[in-house]
Amino acid sequence: MIRILHQIFRTGIVTEPLPPLVEAEIKEVGARLEETIRKRFRRSLTIREVDAGSCNGCELEIHAINNPIYNCERFGIHFTASPRFADMLLVTGPVSRNMEIALRRTYNATPAPKLVVAVGDCGYDGGIFGESYASLGGVGKIIPVDVYIPGCPPAPIAILQGILKVIG
Amino acid sequence: MSTLKDNTISLIGIEARFDEGQYPKDVPACIVPRERFAEVAKTMKSAGVRLVAEWATDESPFGRGFGIYACYAKGSEYLIIKTYSPLEDPAFPSLIKKFVSAYRFERQMKSLMGVEPIGHPDTRPWIKHEDWPEDAYPLRKSFNASKPLPRVAGEYQFIKAEGEGVYEIPVGPVHAGIIEPGHFRFQAVGEDIINLEEKLGYVHKGIEKRFESLSWVEGAKLAGRVSGDTTVAHNLAYCMALESMAGCNPPQRALWLRALMLEKERIANHLGDLGSICNDVAFAFLLYQFSILKERLLRTNLKLFGHRFMMDRIIPGGVVVDIGKNAQEEMLSEMDCLIDEFERLVAIYDENPSLEDRVRDAGTLSPDKAKEIGVVGFVARASGQNLDCRIQSPFPPYNIIIPKIAVLQSGDVHARAWVRIEEIRESIRIICEILHNLPDGEISNPDLQSQASSPQPHMAGFAVVEGWRGEIVYWIQSGPKGEINRCMVRDPSSVNWLALEQAIHGNIVPDFPLCNKSFNQSYSGHDL
Repeated sequence: MIRILHQIFRTGIVTEPLPPLVEAEIKEVGARLEETIRKRFRRSLTIREVDAGSCNGCELEIHAINNPIYNCERFGIHFTASPRFADMLLVTGPVSRNMEIALRRTYNATPAPKLVVAVGDCGYDGGIFGESYASLGGVGKIIPVDVYIPGCPPAPIAILQGILKVIG
Repeated sequence: MSTLKDNTISLIGIEARFDEGQYPKDVPACIVPRERFAEVAKTMKSAGVRLVAEWATDESPFGRGFGIYACYAKGSEYLIIKTYSPLEDPAFPSLIKKFVSAYRFERQMKSLMGVEPIGHPDTRPWIKHEDWPEDAYPLRKSFNASKPLPRVAGEYQFIKAEGEGVYEIPVGPVHAGIIEPGHFRFQAVGEDIINLEEKLGYVHKGIEKRFESLSWVEGAKLAGRVSGDTTVAHNLAYCMALESMAGCNPPQRALWLRALMLEKERIANHLGDLGSICNDVAFAFLLYQFSILKERLLRTNLKLFGHRFMMDRIIPGGVVVDIGKNAQEEMLSEMDCLIDEFERLVAIYDENPSLEDRVRDAGTLSPDKAKEIGVVGFVARASGQNLDCRIQSPFPPYNIIIPKIAVLQSGDVHARAWVRIEEIRESIRIICEILHNLPDGEISNPDLQSQASSPQPHMAGFAVVEGWRGEIVYWIQSGPKGEINRCMVRDPSSVNWLALEQAIHGNIVPDFPLCNKSFNQSYSGHDL
């Protein structure tokens, strides 16, 4: 236990020692995020993440926004296990043929008003996988998308920015 | 020297021929008559050999039927056994009686290429979902990949369990966490799992077919997106297979930088997964601590290599990014810092009884089962199998900087976590050695790149790379015009997923996420 406490004190708040540039970006995004979320979602934006066929690269970066350095929870953003509790779907693509039905079902299970953010180049137009018998292309071909976040994969800060754009 | 090759020759006799277009030369491809395909497997099995992969090709562009391939390995020796199946009779003798891992390889071959494994007990499709038209075989040359597939009616027949108190839990494809999609079907009594069946294929994007429409250079990019968390290793395996058939030798400095990136990728993923394992036993403290270390590594990657996961940094013929003296110093001090922080966290992991209580004896894969299934990577090493391509098929600098391999016997969640702890320590040492001894010189040049990306027609290249999950295998074949005729990808997950089903027997349902996380196999790398 003493080791754990010691480590907690040693670590402190890691959000502070960010490189200045990145920190400025996060703060800017963070403050605007916080304001809009407070206004529209009463300090709570709940996201359901759906991998509709991605290579798992985008998932790594979505994980990263939960780490103590980006710490998206401080802005009231958190991830939920069920689409029924979600305000927003964060979808990575390309949408594979074998995931199309599951994605539609998840979308239908999310209560309105709902927001959809497509993450990554593949979520936009299928990326390198294109459109084929197995890949249906971008998320927008299957469900309505509010905002696309480009990148392969987009950096955590870009994902936070994209979330702001959709609720702003 | 090559005992597998000698065994095959002595079994098959004068009928055995060797494919002259197969590279590298120390991985021979022996062509055997179709009726003797399974017989070779029998000989291999009795020699204690592992079935690495099995795949099919459509060789109609060469005026032949289907090619059926099986790759075997023992120690550092790899051998490919090839046979042909005529177009009008697409079938081959199944190897399932000898090798468990043939179970899904062959279902996949049947589903995507339409070649029938004679004697295979399970006729259900794999990756090809129940709503595909039955005669859709995307890997055949006659298949039009750009046309959408119609949906047909159909239902996947899961294995059933019956009896008093037996119930089923269907999970997925959309899971609770931020993870890839797949379906798990549990049969349980009370909390005890009596059977787990996986149904995968949800993220099938047609990657192997896609390769065939790309140039060799574009192929490297696609390989880097087979499994995003393993982008360096996949990219590398593809480039090595291609370079072997094109006779291209990248500069030493490029090889060393490739190894450097490979080890950085290993550390980052191991750190992330150690944190997730701790989180799954409700010890979120270590999740956050490990994720801080991971994030720092990714930021250095971005700064020094231009990408957080080092995607597209390796190209046929070399690498695209060099590091200067300052970067070397920076990475060395990063490693110093990392090992210090890491050891503090390991001490906390190691002396926490509530954590230990959950990870010990959970999700046990016995060494016997591991060997029987032919698992690879850290899953194998946690279950007593001494397998690591960095030792068995080393490329420079692994012939000089030899990794120490951690092998544990208990095969439980703890063993899989501990093997990865040891591997992080070792990778840090390897990175420091690489940085201290990095050879001077160029990292590539246009001549090498054009040589590497223009192989002759009718050739095949093979490569294995030890990614963080384990042995990644690429086998690529050039067509009559020197284009990509086939690119076979075998992610470690293709065999290791089978082991999860076995390891879960006798565990309780609430421990499944933990067991699954300790394997953390790739869905995308498996589904392709």
